[in-house]
Amino acid sequence: MKIAVCVKQIPDPATPYALDPITHFVVRPAEQVLDDTDRYGIELGLQLAEASGGTVTLVSMSPVGNLQGIRQALAMGADKAVVVNDPALRGSGALVTARVLAAAIAREEADLVITGTESTDGYAGVVPQMIAELLDLPALTFARKVTLEGTTLKVERQTAGGYDEVEATLPALISVTSGAVEPRYPTFKGIMQAKQKPVDQPTAADLGLEPATVGAAGSGQVISEVRPAPERSGGVKIKDEGEAHLEIVKLLERAKVI
Amino acid sequence: MDFALSDEHQAFRRVVRSFAESEIAPHAARWDDEHHFPLDVVRAMGDLGLFGIPFPEEFGGGGADFLMFCIAVEEIARVDASLAITLEAAVGLGANPIHHFGTAEQKGRWLPDLLAGRALAAFALTEPDSGSDAGATRTKAVRDGDEWVIDGTKAFITNSGTAMTSLITVTARTPDGGISTIVVESGTPGLVIEPAYRKMAWRASDTHGVRFERCRVPRGNLLGEQGRGLHQFLSILDDGRIAIGAMSVGIASACLDHAVAYATHRSAFGRPIGANQGLAFQLADLQVAVEAARLLTYRAAWLRDQGRPFKQAAAQAKLFASETAVDAGRVATQVFGGAGVMEASPVARFYRDAKILEIGEGTSEIQRLVIARGLGLPV
Ligand SMILES: Cc1cc2nc3c(=O)[nH]c(=O)nc-3n(C[C@H](O)[C@H](O)[C@H](O)COP(=O)(O)OP(=O)(O)OC[C@H]3O[C@@H](n4cnc5c(N)ncnc54)[C@H](O)[C@@H]3O)c2cc1C
Repeated sequence: MKIAVCVKQIPDPATPYALDPITHFVVRPAEQVLDDTDRYGIELGLQLAEASGGTVTLVSMSPVGNLQGIRQALAMGADKAVVVNDPALRGSGALVTARVLAAAIAREEADLVITGTESTDGYAGVVPQMIAELLDLPALTFARKVTLEGTTLKVERQTAGGYDEVEATLPALISVTSGAVEPRYPTFKGIMQAKQKPVDQPTAADLGLEPATVGAAGSGQVISEVRPAPERSGGVKIKDEGEAHLEIVKLLERAKVI
Repeated sequence: MDFALSDEHQAFRRVVRSFAESEIAPHAARWDDEHHFPLDVVRAMGDLGLFGIPFPEEFGGGGADFLMFCIAVEEIARVDASLAITLEAAVGLGANPIHHFGTAEQKGRWLPDLLAGRALAAFALTEPDSGSDAGATRTKAVRDGDEWVIDGTKAFITNSGTAMTSLITVTARTPDGGISTIVVESGTPGLVIEPAYRKMAWRASDTHGVRFERCRVPRGNLLGEQGRGLHQFLSILDDGRIAIGAMSVGIASACLDHAVAYATHRSAFGRPIGANQGLAFQLADLQVAVEAARLLTYRAAWLRDQGRPFKQAAAQAKLFASETAVDAGRVATQVFGGAGVMEASPVARFYRDAKILEIGEGTSEIQRLVIARGLGLPV
């Protein structure tokens, strides 16, 4: 079985992000790290590959930089990576990102595509569903538990009130929630081998994508302005005269938290 | 000259740090308090590959340099000295003599489990009546047919009584008049592990007295040349001293980090305590010492990795780094004030744990002796 796991290199969350003042894009330093939430998808991919004798290919779209984040993912045990690396992709919106990733995944002839639910730097949360649509795959999103029996995928799909049990036959796409599996630490050998593993770096053209369909041009969107989020205002102060807990319960009920 | 660590060294440091912070740090205070040796975590460290780093891949090792091992020890020590010494002793004192002096057959028999972290080896040199003066070893080994018969008592032996301990390498006087190194496998009749010591520091590390009572092992358990044990363990200790330097750097930099954070947030007289030069300058000096200790340690590891002489460099690194760690513990505790004396504070444990670094694997006095002799002085 061939498993493709979508992963992303992001600027180290420990250091504050910078936005380009003109394009409003995140400034991507050469040294980026693996998006922490991608570790769940990689772990799931590795577990399914180990159980079925399959392979795991990482698929990513970003300026490669020094590939540090991709090597982190390879060190966990993935077999190889495809990083679509092309200056023409600057300014790509979510749909173009999905188009590029879908093209890379199609080239790998993956039986199963695994993604996170959203990236930690972009938070759009729509790319997985778009990839599934472009590849004409069933999308089993927000998986909190995944089992594979033969070619049947069974997924517990996280919902606001609990979970749904959904099923599909391969090929398919799953997006996994954090906590679905316990990501492994890369072993020492894994780290050392990561440097030797193949990292294919095709351009959009290599994937057969027309220049007009990618990058800012293909996105049909511009970020016209970026403003800091407004400060949280006010809040409610409750003075405790013995009955405060009742007031708090009332507030929580009104917010539908309890 | 290039002071940058390679990509692999940096990537590995990041992984060990995140493992240490997630799997060890949250529990370190409790394990220390309960004198609890956390077997599962030691096994998980084995799964990461930490116990095999500087050894050949042929026996399941990582095939990496000693600097890589130092980075692992430093990162574990940043959160827990007990687990750092467990690793350091298992590699530096446990597997290392077998790697250096074992025959192909001995290596094939013992190394794979040790390097994979499925088993731990201990090294029993110190005796109740001889530590620094290790040549005064009283433990005896005599030949009887195809066996060695060992009698004697060893003191303060790290990793000697864990559920994972598979063997203890013991130094003993042999009839040739010299000292020889012999491997005693766990469970051998006549090998008696005393109850664990109650320690001031490294409380989650496993330390026992060990007795050998007419303890018989096959003659093939002799490690290296008969009568050359003194020479052998002195060279093993040179490696260990670099690793103790790395442990010291880990503890010292943890103390510095905690102290800086506290000095920034704690206020007295209407401003952060770190706004007082009397305190800020102590931390500035401490940072300089930590960096110097790290450089001395990495340099010693580098010399070793280059195949150059490193005995003096190892002694310098161990001496300076261990004394820096103790200074760091003292300064950090002082910065924390009363809170620093409470076991609930992070620095109290580091302060206690730092002290042994000036004692184990050659006291500070012995390091100065080595260094002074290196200067050609008749001490
Ligand atoms: C927690 C712990 C774990 C240990 N693990 C191990 C282990 O795994 N294996 C092992 O073999 N040993 C182990 N040791 C023992 C350790 O290596 C010895 O304690 C150390 O070498 C010092 O020996 P000693 O205790 O006999 O002190 P001594 O040699 O009696 O020294 C006492 C004091 O005299 C000083 N002194 C001695 N000679 C001189 C001199 N010539 N000039 C100036 N000063 C001198 C020393 O520096 C020291 O301050 C461990 C010790 C501890 C505390």
